[in-house]
Amino acid sequence: MDKVQDNRAWFLIVPVFVIVAFSAILPLMTVVNYSVQEIFGPGQTLFVGTEWFTTVLADTRLHDALVRQVIYSLAVLAIEIPLGIVIALGMPGGRSAKTSLTLVLLALPLLIPFNVVGTIWQIFGRGDIGLAGATFRALGINYNYTSNSIDAWVTVLVMDVWHWTSLVALLCYAGLQSIPPAFYQAAKIDGASKWAVFRYIQLPKMRGVLVIAVLLRFMDSFMIYTEPFVLTGGGPGNSTTFLSQYLTQMAVGQFDIGKAAAFSIIYFLIVLLFSFIFYTVIMRTGEGDKS
Amino acid sequence: MATIHFDNLGHSYHPHPSKPTDYALRRLSQEWEDGKAYALLGPSGCGKSTLLNIISGLLVPSEGRVLFDGLDVTRCTPEERNIAQVFQFPVIYDTMTVYENLAFPLRNRKVPEADVDRRVRQVAEALDLTADLKKRAQRLTPDAKQKISMGRGLVRSDVAAILFDEPLTVIDPHTKWILRRKLRQIHEEYRLTMIYVTHDQVEALTFADKVAVMHEGAMVQLGTPQELFENPEHTFVGYFIGSPGINLMPCTLGGDHALVEGIAIPLADRAIPNVGGTFELGIRPEFVELTRTGTAGAIPVQVVGVDDLGTSKLATLRMGSHTLKARLSEDQEVPALDAAIRFPTRWTKLYRDSHLVS
Repeated sequence: MDKVQDNRAWFLIVPVFVIVAFSAILPLMTVVNYSVQEIFGPGQTLFVGTEWFTTVLADTRLHDALVRQVIYSLAVLAIEIPLGIVIALGMPGGRSAKTSLTLVLLALPLLIPFNVVGTIWQIFGRGDIGLAGATFRALGINYNYTSNSIDAWVTVLVMDVWHWTSLVALLCYAGLQSIPPAFYQAAKIDGASKWAVFRYIQLPKMRGVLVIAVLLRFMDSFMIYTEPFVLTGGGPGNSTTFLSQYLTQMAVGQFDIGKAAAFSIIYFLIVLLFSFIFYTVIMRTGEGDKS
Repeated sequence: MATIHFDNLGHSYHPHPSKPTDYALRRLSQEWEDGKAYALLGPSGCGKSTLLNIISGLLVPSEGRVLFDGLDVTRCTPEERNIAQVFQFPVIYDTMTVYENLAFPLRNRKVPEADVDRRVRQVAEALDLTADLKKRAQRLTPDAKQKISMGRGLVRSDVAAILFDEPLTVIDPHTKWILRRKLRQIHEEYRLTMIYVTHDQVEALTFADKVAVMHEGAMVQLGTPQELFENPEHTFVGYFIGSPGINLMPCTLGGDHALVEGIAIPLADRAIPNVGGTFELGIRPEFVELTRTGTAGAIPVQVVGVDDLGTSKLATLRMGSHTLKARLSEDQEVPALDAAIRFPTRWTKLYRDSHLVS
């Protein structure tokens, strides 16, 4: 096919460039700019090269936050992905009132804003007036998210599972619905067990949506900020201080703009790297030989 | 392998069927022989898929019973009936290799691995899949995928029947022909009971020992391809089988002959009870005899056109207000002005309310 030369194509591309430039590239470049300078005040800057990066990389509090963050995100994935799949498998199919009701109920948590979720669970878990907290107290279980770091951790994790498992379930449900009935009939005729149906039909057909689910849940949980902030402000101690909260403290609290900028870039690269790894791993699984 | 018996079988998707049209499959009692190849032929929506799903056990009929070798299997699952089925669109297990796909039904049934290997290689050989055995099934072309689907049906040597639900829809015409011959060969070699659903008469007639023609939920005729051609028991069979289909003309009865617009056409059967109903006269284009006027018993016609089909000629004739088709041999001369036709009594069929009067 011959390629057509037509400069009017620029009219179609330029608006996108402009929007992306203002929304993504320029802010990112500003951050890069800050990350290599020491800022004393407006107009008073000093080029410091990679100094902020070395400082940030050597920051032990950041190391702790990163480890916490990675463990947290992996825990979120380890719970929400299998749970979402199980819920999707158990959901009623077809067009019925039951299906609609299930879908609406599942979608409800997704509609609630982050800080409201935090507030709901903060009150829910309180020992004096919260339903969960008071129930635990009545049962003699010592649960207090403001003083016990494990309790705080579990609360933040459960909160996220409550808030976002629906998303995974709905994505998987959509994936399952797209499987033609002939596949199930054929599997029945081939004498496949329930496990084999899941392993060889449902799971491979869900791979596409699972990639999306894993990436979305990973990126989101890796950037978690509001919920632990509302719950305990990152405490007790630093036990629920995740990367984004530490970053905010650094940038807004201490006004270490240069250091925070360097941190942001490293943060961004980490998210990018993990997403790339997840994507590659899932796409490779089941693809197998490239012959 | 099994003999399949339908005992007063019927199915309706309505909860309370009241009239015949409520039935997707109308009352049917029949016996299908062991080791034969059957085809279910009919246009879409005629009930052939309903019948197939009842045979396979994916659908429980609302009335009647299905028996395999005298055993009532009406409510048994496909697995319990031990049938294999190939669907319209290829069903393959994406993550498995071709070998694993073919071995899947056997491994699920805990067949010893040595037997699995032997059967898989045998079937792969029959379907020309040997070179692809180690490949991942997902990467193959649609027709190779459909061959895998068929292979999974053929790999079990102990099945009661193998069911094919329009399996060649996605295959290109040339490969279609090859695959159909392959199936036919496999059938002749292993004598499996095969049931093949299709809306393509060529496919049905070339594949099956016996063809069941379905029309509006009813099985209108079950017979060999020759029977369907020579003696269509229902006008639909005459119309659907053959290309072009049978010539049909409304007629009335006059003793030993039929009257089409006042023209008497002799019938084979001399004593037809005139008990009412709508009568039609049918004759296949292949059996219409074209001659010249003046020949004994010939009815003058007007030649409207002649199509040369290469191996034969197809003449379009006008007799009164009716248009008839006649298939002629390549070298037969078509009289331009004094054409006439004769209706050989052996091939002239009389239908009452669409059913053959015999």
